[in-house]
Amino acid sequence: METKMMQDLLGRFPYLNEKVRAQRDRRIYAEIDYANFVEVFEYAIQKLNFTFLCTITGLDEGERISFIYHLTTQDGIILNLKTSVPKEKPVLKTIIGYFRGAEIYERELEDLLGVKVEGLPEGKRYPLPDDWPKDQYPLRKDWKPNA
Amino acid sequence: MHKVIIPIGPQHPALKEPASFRVALSGEKITGLTVRLGYNHRGIEKACEERTYIQDVYLTERICGICSHAHSSAFVQAVEEIAALDIPKRAKYIRTLIGELERIHSHLLWLGVAGHEIGFDTLLMYTWRDREIVMDILAMITGNRVNYGINCIGGVRRDITPEYIKDIFRGVKTLEERTNYYIDIATKETTIIKRLSKVGMLSHDDALKLGAVGPTGRASGIDRDTRRDDPYAAYGELDFKVITDDHCDVFGRTVVRLGELLESYKIIRQVLKELPEGPIAVKAPRKIPAGEAVSRYEAPRGENMHYVKSNGSEKPERVKVRAPTLANLQTVSKMLEDRQLADLPIVIAAIDPCFSCTDRLISIKESNDKRSKIMKWDELREYGIHWYQHRGVDFTKINNKLKRRY
Repeated sequence: METKMMQDLLGRFPYLNEKVRAQRDRRIYAEIDYANFVEVFEYAIQKLNFTFLCTITGLDEGERISFIYHLTTQDGIILNLKTSVPKEKPVLKTIIGYFRGAEIYERELEDLLGVKVEGLPEGKRYPLPDDWPKDQYPLRKDWKPNA
Repeated sequence: MHKVIIPIGPQHPALKEPASFRVALSGEKITGLTVRLGYNHRGIEKACEERTYIQDVYLTERICGICSHAHSSAFVQAVEEIAALDIPKRAKYIRTLIGELERIHSHLLWLGVAGHEIGFDTLLMYTWRDREIVMDILAMITGNRVNYGINCIGGVRRDITPEYIKDIFRGVKTLEERTNYYIDIATKETTIIKRLSKVGMLSHDDALKLGAVGPTGRASGIDRDTRRDDPYAAYGELDFKVITDDHCDVFGRTVVRLGELLESYKIIRQVLKELPEGPIAVKAPRKIPAGEAVSRYEAPRGENMHYVKSNGSEKPERVKVRAPTLANLQTVSKMLEDRQLADLPIVIAAIDPCFSCTDRLISIKESNDKRSKIMKWDELREYGIHWYQHRGVDFTKINNKLKRRY
């Protein structure tokens, strides 16, 4: 099943060549440029039945900030779709149009990694306190607890 | 009618943990609800990056006071996948056993809280008394009532002896009889049915869209359970059913959790009967090779997900945790739309948001004596019994009666 899905992805998006791998049963990892993210993301949801979003992981990787969208099917296969944006201008588009529940995961990215998620409705921040100092993003690698 | 917004929380007598709800009301009817979370944020993900893998096993175990095994298991599974460790079969079975015992204590706890929220405190007293059976079993096997510390990278730290197996079988038999009695109450007692039916409705589509997990999702007909869909530990070799329900309300969530209790007893019996012989752990390296892994675990409240990225050192590069309550809390606003304010406590309780119950060794200070005294669990229990007897509350008779029955 995983092999079939990987072939589907490669057939439809040739630029994924050598960017897709299956680490073990039910685990597919794919890396894509942010410019191509939406089309692959949509294809995975609509054609490959990845109908559930587990969460979004944000990573500080030096020059860039990366995001892994962990999508899963009904039968337990996880597609880990990784993409990244430059750290000087970390801007993402929201995915709440696809998964309403993603709102809280995106707010978490905003608070902890200092990412701007475009298209989020007004709402309370999560998870840091309201009086948390500006420009302090705890999950960035250069941030130290006592700084 | 004039609209009123009332704040509930972050500190509020009806909430067991800090969370802040701003409820917009028109009379008694809820017209809008916003949730603010984060009051318990302790920065554990960042803390994990600054500690070794071995320390992180204990740190992740302390993410939650109830599903502690769920978190440490999800974490060690991810690390073991990166390090390509082959875990002994006996360790997998023991992890499964502790996981199911944890589910039983969590679901019984929930049933009591649900009873309390609807004013049925007898149910709370009964279920929490019965829950002591499973707490005692957990303490017997692991040495702890919560935060069991049974997991290590590469296996488990303690073995199960034949004497334990006998005691667990006996405890599970009693618990099963009690659970059947609760199922009888929950499905026949008119007050429960009327109070829980059509309360906190969450349609199948909304549950899917909002990403509900665990019993909250399964009670809205979402047939999803990590134990079956993405088997870990020993679940791939065991026979059990995933309980779903189509009521889509708090009643459905009750039915699902009670059904899951019966399945847990079934799983435990299989684990004990088929427990393979052999070692319980393999040696794990201190430094974990560079790599990444996603690990999932069906905690009592639903799917728990950990992502671990390693960089070849003895500390992880990144640890990401998504606990089930974060996925489920987003459904609460939907469940309460156009509902009565009085339904709010039970609806919030019905997703079973997590709170801790970690008191075990407690230091007691007499008000007329400045010295404090450390008490063991048994002593504390004795102390409690005498404290109540002294004030005219005596359970000796009923306890003896129960002892004769079971």
